[in-house]
Amino acid sequence: MQELLQSLAPWLSDNAIFTPSTLAQYWGGFVNTVQLVFISLVIGLFLAVPLAIGRASPSRLLSKSIWVYTWIFRGTPLLIQLYIAYYGLAFIPGIQESVVWPLIRDPLYPALLAFTLNTAAYTTEIFYGAIKATPRGELEAARAYGMSPLLAYRRIILPSALRRALPAYGNEVIFMLHASAIASVVTIADLTGVAYNIYSRYYAPFSAFIFVALCYMVLSFAIQGVFRLLEKRMLAHLKPR
Amino acid sequence: MIDFQGYGPRLLEGALLTLELAVLSLLVSVVLGLATASARLSRHAVLRLPAVLYTVIIRGVPDLVLMMMLFYGAQIGINQITDMIYDRWGLDIFINVDPFVAGVITIGLIFGAYMAETFRGAFLAVDQGQVEAAESFGMSSWLLFRRIRFPLMMRHALPGLGNNWMVLLKTTALVSIIGLSDMVRVAAEATRATHQTFLFMIPVALGYLVITSLSEIVMQWLRKRYNAGFEETP
Repeated sequence: MQELLQSLAPWLSDNAIFTPSTLAQYWGGFVNTVQLVFISLVIGLFLAVPLAIGRASPSRLLSKSIWVYTWIFRGTPLLIQLYIAYYGLAFIPGIQESVVWPLIRDPLYPALLAFTLNTAAYTTEIFYGAIKATPRGELEAARAYGMSPLLAYRRIILPSALRRALPAYGNEVIFMLHASAIASVVTIADLTGVAYNIYSRYYAPFSAFIFVALCYMVLSFAIQGVFRLLEKRMLAHLKPR
Repeated sequence: MIDFQGYGPRLLEGALLTLELAVLSLLVSVVLGLATASARLSRHAVLRLPAVLYTVIIRGVPDLVLMMMLFYGAQIGINQITDMIYDRWGLDIFINVDPFVAGVITIGLIFGAYMAETFRGAFLAVDQGQVEAAESFGMSSWLLFRRIRFPLMMRHALPGLGNNWMVLLKTTALVSIIGLSDMVRVAAEATRATHQTFLFMIPVALGYLVITSLSEIVMQWLRKRYNAGFEETP
């Protein structure tokens, strides 16, 4: 990265804002954003599958309690969830003297907590909708083969439901990327945070923010492209012919 | 009663500001969305191209980045224009960008793009025969829009519209970052001052849940109204 930036230096020589040093800051922000979004999406995905199965279970108590969780997390702004995770943990009396403080003091962990729980809630509802939409015939066929509910989930329901959920999940990934911009309010130097710093240093809102907007657009289009490829492969059987 | 340590009235004012901001930006976004959807469905490429660019760009960039760019950029941009007017014609104007107005315009502009997509799909779903019937009655294009296209389109647009409204409401929380005293900002300030996170954040979260639940009821009513004359689909 350093060499690349050095090689760009002559090309940037008459540019006051986009110097190698600010570009390095943008690169750091890019890494932070991708890291934050990727980790919360992966953990959120692993949480969402069992939660969606629980949400679709015949037990009303289980289904309703998972619904309450998704209702709360989908009905309130992510910013509030972030504040609760960040300040809520930091202001617990006595926590600043305890052993976990070094972990919590880094704003990355509260942000990861809020983002993960948020995306898990949305993803749970997406998967739940897909599980509910499983054709009756497939379920009956599985039962006729004598499959236990667990086996039916593993072999029949989940493979088809997760595929059908793919387009909606793709939207959720892009939504999460865009939502992650608020990480900068808890002092994480993500793409938006870096853009804000550069804006306030050079008082150049358009250069600073348009550049970062382009970064987000490139990321969004890349995610869209990946999902389109995935859909082409995994939803080939659903195409109209 | 819960003791809000003197922040109670400000929290209420903040809640009111959140609601005003959300409703006004909804109006802006619906008008922009209708205009953009009509432009995208137009026969003229001159109208279609900017509409496509607008929706693609807005939907590819985070709300907060757009908000910061427009909010921090607007004052500089306006100052440059007024400076130019002063140099040219000697007219001394000073326009101060009001954060509330900037917030309404920004959120309206962002959600106009989402509304445009919703309305475009809904316009395409309108039965072409109805439009032709109206044309053969000699309706002008405005009358056709008002009496036929709009009411028929709304039936298809309502679910998407409701969704957009919920997202818009939650997006208003972002104005607290650029300095407007909505309920999130008041709660954050109170939290930093008193270190009582849950005392302030939980009521604000409940405030959002109450508004979304009430919206759900309004949506039900609207759905019934625009479904009049169609069979109820369970």
